[in-house]
Amino acid sequence: MFKTALRNVLSHKGRLLMTMLAVVLGTAFVAGTLVFSDSVSTALKNSLSHNYDNVSVRVENSAAGEDRSAQDNTSDAKPLTDATLRQIRALPGTASAVGAVEGFAGISDPNGNLIGGRGETQGANFSPGADGADTRYPMAQGSGPATSTQIAVDQRTAQKNGFKVGDTIRVAVNGPVMKLTVSGIFTSDDPALSSGGSLVLFDTATAQRLYTAPGQYGWIDALAKPGTGQEALESQIGQVVPHSGNITLHTGASLTADAKQMVEDDSKNMKTALLFFAGVALFVGIFLISNTFTMLIAQRTRELALMRALGASRKQVRRSVLLEALLVGLTASVAGLGAGVGIGAALKAWAGSSGNLPGGGLTVTPSTVLITLAVGTVVTALAALFPALRASRVPPVAAMSSNDQPVSQKSLVVRNTIGLVLAGLGVGVVLLGVSQGGSAGRMPVALGALLVMLGVFVLTPLLSRPIIAATGPLFRRLFGISGTLAKQNAIRNPRRTAATASALTIGVTLITALTVIGTSISTTITRQVTANMKADYAVGMQLGDRVSPQLLAQLKSAKGVTAASAGDSQYLKVDGQDLSLSGYDASSFDQLVAPDLTQGTVDAFRQGQLLIDTDQAKTLNVSVGSTVQVAYPNGTSGRLTVGGVYPKSGLLGPALLSEQALAGHTLAPYYNVVLVKMDGGASAANEQSLRDATGLNPLVKIQSQQQMVDQFNSLISMMLTILYALLGMAVLIAILGVVNTLAMSVFERKRELGMLRAVGLDRRGVKQMVRLESVVIAVFGAAMGVAIGTFLAWAANGLLKSSLSGLTTALPWGRLALFIALGATVGLLAALWPARRAARLDILGAIKTD
Amino acid sequence: MTTTALRTAAARASDLSKVYGSGDTRVTALDHVSVEFYRGEFTAIMGPSGSGKSTLMHCMAGLDSVSSGSARIGEVELNGLKDKALTKMRRDQIGFIFQAFNLLPTLTALENITLPMDIAGRRADKVWLDRVIATVGLADRLGHRPSQLSGGQQQRVACARALASRPEIIFADEPTGNLDSRSGAEILGFLRSSVRELGQTIVMVTHDPVAASYADRVVFLADGRIVDELQAPTADGVLDRMRRFDAKGRTS
Repeated sequence: MFKTALRNVLSHKGRLLMTMLAVVLGTAFVAGTLVFSDSVSTALKNSLSHNYDNVSVRVENSAAGEDRSAQDNTSDAKPLTDATLRQIRALPGTASAVGAVEGFAGISDPNGNLIGGRGETQGANFSPGADGADTRYPMAQGSGPATSTQIAVDQRTAQKNGFKVGDTIRVAVNGPVMKLTVSGIFTSDDPALSSGGSLVLFDTATAQRLYTAPGQYGWIDALAKPGTGQEALESQIGQVVPHSGNITLHTGASLTADAKQMVEDDSKNMKTALLFFAGVALFVGIFLISNTFTMLIAQRTRELALMRALGASRKQVRRSVLLEALLVGLTASVAGLGAGVGIGAALKAWAGSSGNLPGGGLTVTPSTVLITLAVGTVVTALAALFPALRASRVPPVAAMSSNDQPVSQKSLVVRNTIGLVLAGLGVGVVLLGVSQGGSAGRMPVALGALLVMLGVFVLTPLLSRPIIAATGPLFRRLFGISGTLAKQNAIRNPRRTAATASALTIGVTLITALTVIGTSISTTITRQVTANMKADYAVGMQLGDRVSPQLLAQLKSAKGVTAASAGDSQYLKVDGQDLSLSGYDASSFDQLVAPDLTQGTVDAFRQGQLLIDTDQAKTLNVSVGSTVQVAYPNGTSGRLTVGGVYPKSGLLGPALLSEQALAGHTLAPYYNVVLVKMDGGASAANEQSLRDATGLNPLVKIQSQQQMVDQFNSLISMMLTILYALLGMAVLIAILGVVNTLAMSVFERKRELGMLRAVGLDRRGVKQMVRLESVVIAVFGAAMGVAIGTFLAWAANGLLKSSLSGLTTALPWGRLALFIALGATVGLLAALWPARRAARLDILGAIKTD
Repeated sequence: MTTTALRTAAARASDLSKVYGSGDTRVTALDHVSVEFYRGEFTAIMGPSGSGKSTLMHCMAGLDSVSSGSARIGEVELNGLKDKALTKMRRDQIGFIFQAFNLLPTLTALENITLPMDIAGRRADKVWLDRVIATVGLADRLGHRPSQLSGGQQQRVACARALASRPEIIFADEPTGNLDSRSGAEILGFLRSSVRELGQTIVMVTHDPVAASYADRVVFLADGRIVDELQAPTADGVLDRMRRFDAKGRTS
């Protein structure tokens, strides 16, 4: 049987080509993902392994530095001070200890533009020992910064931007721009640098002033004396550091392990996401493979029957088909593995060239090889399972019958019943999930979506007939006999049409669902921004940092400003639960913000009452007039009256309170935005006026309503573009599927085509017929995808409503029409080769009766 | 039967040769054949397997190219015509009846019958169409698809398809080859009556002497040459000729 299977594979090389290609693409995606993520993770881990060589124990203050959130801005947090550092140094086990301060530093290149993005340009403190050097940062040129006007720059950044010792560079942290003199250029194996970032060093006092508070550190690194273990030193240090939730101790070993774990987790997340798309591509491939084998078996009916007549058992026939599939799958998987390693290498080189990745070799693990081969082979064999079963049911007598007998179409009744049940159940479960909403509905919606898709795939043959037949009159009118024949051909074998169209449906469903969700979110946000914000400008920091009080003062004094208020992000505790709150200036509130109050009035806000969104009102079980007991950030407590309730809004946050009411209850302001109303609204001149007021600080981001909306929309469209690219593989495989089906149909209908040519259909007509058939199938698949995708997006929006209130489904008609048009294009493209083949058919060879 | 002087040729081969392959594999299928197929006549082409009878038909019908010589339909020379012109020729001037019926399974009987006219984008002549359909006796089967028809009925649909567009000439390739003798007789009778009553010109390739006996004239082909011809043949007469070829074939 093995010989027969091998011969079959070899004799159908051409027709198995598309199948192979589909498996190759799918497995290459899998292998590429695995190779790339493994390589990246290995490279990052290698670069991490020496980072903590000089750290035996790290004492960290999570409430210091830029990572500090508004939530940490309470009296519970304790600082790490010089006193602590001295105590640690004095411990018997300590060889040395260094206090570190680190945070974001915005550096201007010589042209005044910001270098790098968030997390890529860091500032830290230069902490010289007795010899005037800091072992962490060896100076290549010059010396470390000693005064508040000096700065040291890492070597790569200095080279890239032409900074030399003695140059003056512009740096901003979160206040005004500082002009600092480069005192030295250093090298370092800091991970921030090895992965392509920039680092500048301030003297410790300056760094503390900028990032924490005078005399306070973000963390302290201690190195143990020889003979003292990391754990031993950790327990010694544990005695002297302040006890508070924000102070934590880590050994060097655990830091390394944590960092590696983080890399591992990150790469796992990326891997999972990419593998999902690879899975979609392979799933699409299943339709193609299954279709190919079904057609091959239909063509070989007589051959198979002959084998049965000659004494082959059903099992043998079934095995021979499965063996054929295994051979195809294995061969294609090997090719896919090769292609995948290539893809992985290319991706790594591309990521490496942008400078964000430490170097290193390609990692091809044995599990990558095994997984790729297994996935490709198993998927192919699985897809061939039903065709193999069908092959084994060919009765021996079929060998004797004329090949003209149409293959009897098995009734679709059972199939339709199953499909209806699945789809109906799916829709029901989705609706149930939507009605539950929020995270509770997630499971039912996901399950229901799966059922709907399965149900529709099972039902596709049933649906294909009426839907495609409905296009008949139009086709007849537009394309005459070619159109009629194309339509008839598209519905003559509903199973085959269905399998071909379904492959495209999967990709289009996902693309549509994502697009509709993206558009809905975009539309909703736009609506909220325009409805809830009356201010002309929202001013924040380029990289999302806190806005300094100085900036607020600068903006208030800008020419043309009629009202300005900072949004002060603070956390209250209400009934023991955290409540995130935005504080606004009471007097200018109604000029800047317009909460769509369902209860209460804005007056209540001015009188110091609390405004909360509907969700919070429900959670706290309060309404207008209720009073709540609150604990303020600085530890004081009091009672607040609820003055109004508004629908949940991403822009406003869960609660609003006037700055006046907050006064005296916070430790420090935590401004994340400044809203500005200007005389004459948003205009270039007004924007310039604001810019001027900030001293042309490169870190300040000034956005009008329109710009906010645009920025958000471009974020959504960027995400969609990435997802489109990832789903492209699935669509590509679907195209191969259409090509395959058409090519085989053309082969099967050779006689018909020959007759049509004989009775006078010209080559153009034949081509047109094949092309139209292809377009019909592809558009049918795309249309189904658009329909299912829209439904699923509607359901997903129902769930997302809980996190983005006011979310309503908005249909991007233009895009949806584009997807259908793309379906038609896919059809045309897929038909290129089969149509040519059909037109070139030798008439005599085709009509010959054998 | 009319006299030879009044007969005009619907199709004519002059000095027609068809050669396949080259060198060692060179096969001469038609060797300088000259023959005329007269208008309003039912001609049968007979000969043993490999005699070149099918090739002659394919060349005359514009389905195959000619190596040398001339093949004409009416006054139009087929040799040298481009695919487009040949296609148009087949569509408008020639009808076909195949051994394996070659109907489109997706179309109804009526749609199959009007197919050549649909391809040409012409409207069927309703009166003529009704007459053809009545002649083949398919009036009550028009909405059926080929798979719902018997072999004989399918071949009648194929005959009606060939007749419906009133071609200059119809070529039938073993039209009874796939039929039982009763259905075959029906088809042959129908072909003969379409010549007699509708004035159609038909050329039929067959190896069945009984089928050939329905024709007005039989042309015998052997080894790519016309070797004989018979007017108003009978089955026995044809069989007798064929036996002679067979004997000759066996001794050579």
